[in-house]
Amino acid sequence: MRSERRTGEARAAFWMLLPALSLIAVFFVLPILASFLLSLTDFDLYALASPRNARFVGLANYVRLAEDPTFWKALRNTFLFVLAGGPASVAVALGAALLVNARVTRFKTLFRTAFFAPVVTTMVAVATVWRFLYHPRVGLFNRALDLVGLAPIDWLGDPRWALLSICLLAVWKNFGYQAILFVAGLQAIPESLYEAARIEGAGPWQQFRHITLPSLAPTFLFVAVTTSIGYFQLFSEPYVMTPDGGPLGSTLSVAFLMYREGFRWWNLGYGAAIAFALFAVILIATRLQLQLFGRRA
Amino acid sequence: MRRRLSRFAAATAIHATLLALAVASLVPLAWMVSASFMPQGEATAFPPALVPSRPTLDNYVDLFARLKFGRALANSILFAATVTAISLLLNTLAGYALAKLRFRRRERIFDGLVAALVLPSQVAMLPLFLMLRALGFINTAWGVVLPGMASLFGIFLVRQYALSLPDELLDAARVDGASEFRIYRSIVLPLCRPILVSLGIFTFLGSWNDFLWPLIVLSDERRQTLPVALANLLGEHALDIELMMAGAVLTVLPVLVLFLAFQRYYIEGITLGSVKE
Repeated sequence: MRSERRTGEARAAFWMLLPALSLIAVFFVLPILASFLLSLTDFDLYALASPRNARFVGLANYVRLAEDPTFWKALRNTFLFVLAGGPASVAVALGAALLVNARVTRFKTLFRTAFFAPVVTTMVAVATVWRFLYHPRVGLFNRALDLVGLAPIDWLGDPRWALLSICLLAVWKNFGYQAILFVAGLQAIPESLYEAARIEGAGPWQQFRHITLPSLAPTFLFVAVTTSIGYFQLFSEPYVMTPDGGPLGSTLSVAFLMYREGFRWWNLGYGAAIAFALFAVILIATRLQLQLFGRRA
Repeated sequence: MRRRLSRFAAATAIHATLLALAVASLVPLAWMVSASFMPQGEATAFPPALVPSRPTLDNYVDLFARLKFGRALANSILFAATVTAISLLLNTLAGYALAKLRFRRRERIFDGLVAALVLPSQVAMLPLFLMLRALGFINTAWGVVLPGMASLFGIFLVRQYALSLPDELLDAARVDGASEFRIYRSIVLPLCRPILVSLGIFTFLGSWNDFLWPLIVLSDERRQTLPVALANLLGEHALDIELMMAGAVLTVLPVLVLFLAFQRYYIEGITLGSVKE
């Protein structure tokens, strides 16, 4: 009787898992594996007309990649974006979470809603808005600079500022999401820990340093890993704000380059090599973070 | 007395900082709305206006009448609603099975799915495009909907929530002779309602806001979603700021309203998705 029930469960589980798992296998896992095979061919516009025109070229695409200054530039830009934009948004998020979670704070829900509004908005739409906020002559940013007597900045036109401008947009758009995660992490810390620390005479800074930060370690790990995976795939912001890749190519990201090579110029073999290089970078970065922070989490 | 004063100062500083952050979060959106009601040229005049001198709906009329944004709006709603409905069904089935049904290799399958969560979807796009092209799905609704019909994150979220369902309840139903699918439909689904709402909103927003994949799959103007139509409009009418802002409002407004209406579920879903078991 009992074992009969068990086989019934197993059979039901099979049918319940089948549709979702086969869709994921066919439309997600298989294409990722296939992208490696594609990167070993010279698949291009002619192959698009007839796949027989594609030839196996071994690692030629990767050799070309290693010698392509545009790829290195895009990789450098992407790393700069992850390394500057990532920590900046996490820092703002942690600050906002600590303030929202403070005992004296009122209107918590209202603040939370305000911080979260940019998160749910469509990237393409807000990037359009920000492109005009950054307008050198009439944009709000330069008007604000003008009000305090500072010289205007050519936000998206100056190679020194363009990528930073995109980082600023990313911080604005994402910190609310990370702040929600930090607030949840903060609320999970038992109040008794703080009480015990206060009895032993620990000040606010010591409490933060020795209770809050270590308790938030798992949240930090989760936020760091998900944020960097997302930031490595930077695409919509430069596509909308600097359609030509920015001044001196300073906002061209790896994903943007993959899109350009693969879907605008139909060099699908080369595009797949770019995609796979990005994949490798993301895997290594995730691995590193798990090893660096995972021990403490 | 001094202590009370310094506490008051701290509270003021905290609220001032929070207020500044809130204003910074909302000003770009407020300016977008304001500029969308300005007559042509007002946002670029010098010095530019912050509020419309005489509010007008011209830009919205232009979007719908001349630029066919109504069609893009309908496409966006149709695609996002279809993806949401189908993926809710398939993800809850799989998530529940992984949480509660007892079968061999269950943990191993689950571990595999969690490991796959870190795979970036962009890597799949070139072969996926070729595959859907071979199947004749480029420029069709299927091209957008098919890859979104099941998601690792959705399965993960439902599984985490379903773990808390009481086994006794499910076993009691089995003793009473209910089939597994009957149990899923009349016990599991009603109990999972909160997470279904959260996941439903996530999926709808994710699908609505998605840009790169619809950009690739839908080159035909009649099939385009709002974000793609907006990006194309930016290519052609980049100087017409007021018109662009109206397009941005139209794209953002439905998701903002949806978020405001279901905020609680949305935020609970986020925190649940991040909690380790």
